[in-house]
Amino acid sequence: MIEGAAWRRWVFYNIPLILFVFILLFPFYWMIITTFRPDGELYRPWNAANYQPFWTNNPTLDHILYLFEETSFERWMVNTMVIAAVSTVISLFCGVFAGYALARLNFPYAGGLGTAIFVTYLVPQTLLFIPLAEIIRSFRLGDTPWSLILTYPTFLIPFCTWLMMGYFKAIPKELEECARIDGASRFKAMIYIILPVAVPGIMSAGIFAFTLSWNEFIYALVFLSSPEQKTVPVGVTSELIRGDVFFWGPLMAGALLGSIPVAIVYSFFVEHYVSGLTGSVKG
Amino acid sequence: MAVTAVSGVANRPIPRLRRLEDERWLALTLLAPTAILLGLFIAYPFFEGVLLSLTNTRVGIEGGFVGLKNFEKVWNDSIFRTAVWNTFWYTGVTTVFKLALGLWLAILLNRHFRGKALVRAFILLPFIIPTVLSTFAWKWMFDPTFSVINWTLFQLGFITKRINWLGDPDLAMASIIVVNIWRGVPFFAISLLAGLQTISPELQEAAAIDGARPWQRFWYVTWPLLLPVTMVVVLFSVIQTFADFQLVYVMTGGGPANATHLFATYAYQIGIGTGLLSEGAAISLAMFPFLFLIVVVQLLYIRRVETR
Repeated sequence: MIEGAAWRRWVFYNIPLILFVFILLFPFYWMIITTFRPDGELYRPWNAANYQPFWTNNPTLDHILYLFEETSFERWMVNTMVIAAVSTVISLFCGVFAGYALARLNFPYAGGLGTAIFVTYLVPQTLLFIPLAEIIRSFRLGDTPWSLILTYPTFLIPFCTWLMMGYFKAIPKELEECARIDGASRFKAMIYIILPVAVPGIMSAGIFAFTLSWNEFIYALVFLSSPEQKTVPVGVTSELIRGDVFFWGPLMAGALLGSIPVAIVYSFFVEHYVSGLTGSVKG
Repeated sequence: MAVTAVSGVANRPIPRLRRLEDERWLALTLLAPTAILLGLFIAYPFFEGVLLSLTNTRVGIEGGFVGLKNFEKVWNDSIFRTAVWNTFWYTGVTTVFKLALGLWLAILLNRHFRGKALVRAFILLPFIIPTVLSTFAWKWMFDPTFSVINWTLFQLGFITKRINWLGDPDLAMASIIVVNIWRGVPFFAISLLAGLQTISPELQEAAAIDGARPWQRFWYVTWPLLLPVTMVVVLFSVIQTFADFQLVYVMTGGGPANATHLFATYAYQIGIGTGLLSEGAAISLAMFPFLFLIVVVQLLYIRRVETR
């Protein structure tokens, strides 16, 4: 692809790439530096003479301590983690089975059902949040983790199903038939022969689902009300802004710490995540 | 086939587990959990939403049937009209930029260099870090008094006095658009990169030998082969952007003076903020025809690709 002199490589490839990386990562740097910056420096106008944007000589842990002492931040973390994990497991359970059925079994209306699941994949949360809030209330699930554990699968299952269908379709039919000839039941052939082959797909779907539920906001905002029940994104939004006053230090500390679990999960499974991402848009 | 011969041996009354040998029963069993959850929390709320939008229910007050009154009221609401316009503008502008920049980034990444895996992993961060949290970082960067962006522009000599990014309607919308592009570019780049990697380099070489210039090679060889992936990525992104909520909610909350509302944020403000549930439901549902159209386009397109 690359022809010509070194300077061309720099001008056309390296410099643009460096710029992209810089811009895409700068807000995270800003989050980190704000977290450790003392309030005195934080609230110094940008046109002040001693404004020192990119570094601080007096790093402090005050904002992080504030988060743990004055808010229920650790509760939010636990809530988010539990909700994301449980709804991911539920979605994988449903999605793997549904994907298997739609990809490998012959039954009436299989095509129609596949299309229906694909269409729900495209239903955004913001279309249904108001009637759903009413339904959650009438089921007496309001302000409990269950309101999210049961509703997050609605956008995770279609995605998992879609991804798993792709994986299952790629596994040759002969593999299953061999097992059946050796006397395995249909169900056993699925559990012991096909699912192990599809483990990379299940991993991708799981990682992706986990990050999606960690990111979810509007359901959590509408269904939860007491500070102890909130998830990180909602807790940070509602408890660290009082009226017009933004507590920027703790806010950025919360954003940083609240991002770390997803970032860790992501860093361990980058390849799975990427294949989940690209699999999710394969037609 | 051999399979049917084996299961055909048992002609006695079928015990319950044996039923799973029948593909139809197995399919039914495997699909049941999905059908129950999706039915209960997607199909049912959808119908409830339609019914709700035809009443005058408020929080705590059961309303009566009012027909299309809510939709009529919303139609004549100037804030709603602004929100509709904003949504289309926001979706259109961000999609064009996300596609162009995403494609550029994908091309930059589609070659071998040291640290490629690391760069790719870092580039996706804006997409995986929860939107609300990263948007707060942007909001802080856009803060008029403490803005690092203002400082940079001032140091570079572009401005002489402060810019109130989120206080002016047009600038606020522009800021929101920038953040959305920032968040969406990685998704486009990585998906398009996956598409680029399926295109055999031999095609490029063949075109080069035939005398095609780099631009021609891209336009006549790469782009047509990339089009199927591009279509799907664009349609996904359009749906997500059209129905966006988090970004605007955090950046401006729909302000200043209701100038930056989208469908979703306005529905939230009316439905949850002021408690006019039925009117909020109507505003949300007003998204439906447009979303429906996009989904139909997508289904038709996928079907066409599959039958080819």
